[in-house]
Formats: sequence, structure tokens, C-alpha cells
Amino acid sequence: MAEMPIIDPEKCNGCGLCVGVCHYHALAVVNKIITVIQTVECDWCTDCEAVCPTGAISCPFEIIIQETA
Amino acid sequence: MAVQLEVLKSIPYFFNVSLAELESIRKLVFEKAADRGQMILFEGEPAQSVYFVASGAVKVFKTSAEGKEQILNIIRPGESFNDVPVFDGGANPASVRAMGPVLLYGIRKSDMGAILRDHPQITLNVIKVLARRVRHLVSLVEDLSFKRVIGRVARILLEHVDGEMGPGTRLTQQEMAAMAGTAREVVGRSLKALEEEGAIKLDRHRIIITDKEALRKIMEAPP
Repeated sequence: MAEMPIIDPEKCNGCGLCVGVCHYHALAVVNKIITVIQTVECDWCTDCEAVCPTGAISCPFEIIIQETA
Repeated sequence: MAVQLEVLKSIPYFFNVSLAELESIRKLVFEKAADRGQMILFEGEPAQSVYFVASGAVKVFKTSAEGKEQILNIIRPGESFNDVPVFDGGANPASVRAMGPVLLYGIRKSDMGAILRDHPQITLNVIKVLARRVRHLVSLVEDLSFKRVIGRVARILLEHVDGEMGPGTRLTQQEMAAMAGTAREVVGRSLKALEEEGAIKLDRHRIIITDKEALRKIMEAPP
């Protein structure tokens, strides 16, 4: 399963700004609740996190070492 | 769709303005819709109108000579943009692009002058809006010019990496910004700069440290 942005339902006010900015329709309003739809197309642009006025969306990065040398 | 009074009332420019006054102003407001990714304003072009976001969101950004984008602000419903050039008569100071489908309300420069002359409450509101904008930009200027944020972002990555010291912590750009004492927009730019330096690679939700030594050097470089 593809890693997807995380929504904190307690902070989310259902404004839907994130739904509009998502390039891949990975977010939708279902019964006034923002819902994440699994898609491999989500490229982690983090626009949904940036636009959220209540800080309810997080797109966390995993930090790993993979030295090429 | 007609310009909604309810939306006008939610715009800080029009706080504490009577319904009768709003009705007269509504006649001067025009609508403009844009789709995701569509450019709304170009930096350097003459400013024609001040805009308010009725629904959706837009980003205000500047582009460097190398084509790098620096986001200055994200404008959400109720907020305005392009006010500065409309009031000082200069060109658009930045470009604006729709982040998703947006509906904008606009007021032409010539009409705005008349509105300000006839409605002192709106003039006071505009001063407040501009003062808040100045405060936001001052803090962004401070971050961009005085603090070596890139070194701090490098340190944060090294301190939170998965591996030697146990499982790493997953961090959002917002969290990295809070740790580095800067704005989220500046963290985004720092990550891109670290990638260009060849120290890291951004791979969807992973930040891969590809050259730990280079990252350490950036972290330790004097400000």
C-alpha cells in the first residue's frame, strides 16, 4: 500500500481546500469528512499540508541513509 | 454566479462595514475563476486589480533567475492579494498561481481608490491588512537573509535519520520548520538546495541521505 498523507480528524474543519489542490484526486469529502484515497500517483508534493489552515494534514518524511559511494 | 454578500462580509477589508455600504461595493466587484495550475498574475506586469479569494487557494511566489520558486504566501478564502501594487501604482511584485480550482473576487484599481475615499472604515481595515502583511514579510526576510537555515535543516536530518541511533523520527516540513525556527516555505527551499548540492535525494515520502559527509559539512559551515 502506498504511503499517504495523514489527516487528524480532530483538527480537520472539513473546509476542503486540500481536495482542490490535490493533483491526483487522492483526497475527497465523504459525508463532510476529508478522506484519503489510496493512489500510487500521490507524489508527496505536500501542497495539501501547506494549504491546510488548521494544520490537520501531515506528510511526514522518513529520513534514511543510502550512501552511493 | 453573483457576488455573494456573505463572502464579502468574511473578507477583512470589509469587516464592520454596513450592509448598505457592502451592497454599493458589490456592484464594483467582478468574479474570476481559475483552474488548478493556472497563472493569475505575472510578476512585473502592471497591476490592474486587487483580488480576494472567495473559494480555493492560490500561491504567491517569486521566481529566481535560475528558475527557482520561492513561495511567499498561500492565500486562502477571505484573504487578499495584489493590494500592494494597486495602492503604490507599481508592477505586480510577485506571480500568483491557482493551487486548485479557485473563485476570485476582484476590484479594479480605479474603483478601489473611490471606495477608500468614500468608506473610512474600509481604509482602516486595509491598513490593518497591509500591516499584517508587512509583519509576515519581515519575518520571511529575516529567515532568508540573516539565518543560515540550510545548516540547521542539515542538522535536523542527521539527528533524525533512521539507523545507527535507533529508529528515526518521521518529520513533516512543518515540524522541521518549527525545529529550525523558520517558515515552512524556507524549509522546502532548503531541502531543494540540499538535493542540488548532492547531499540528499527526495524520493516521494523519503529523504535519502546520499552523502552524509557533505551534509555534515553543510551543517558545520560557519554562518
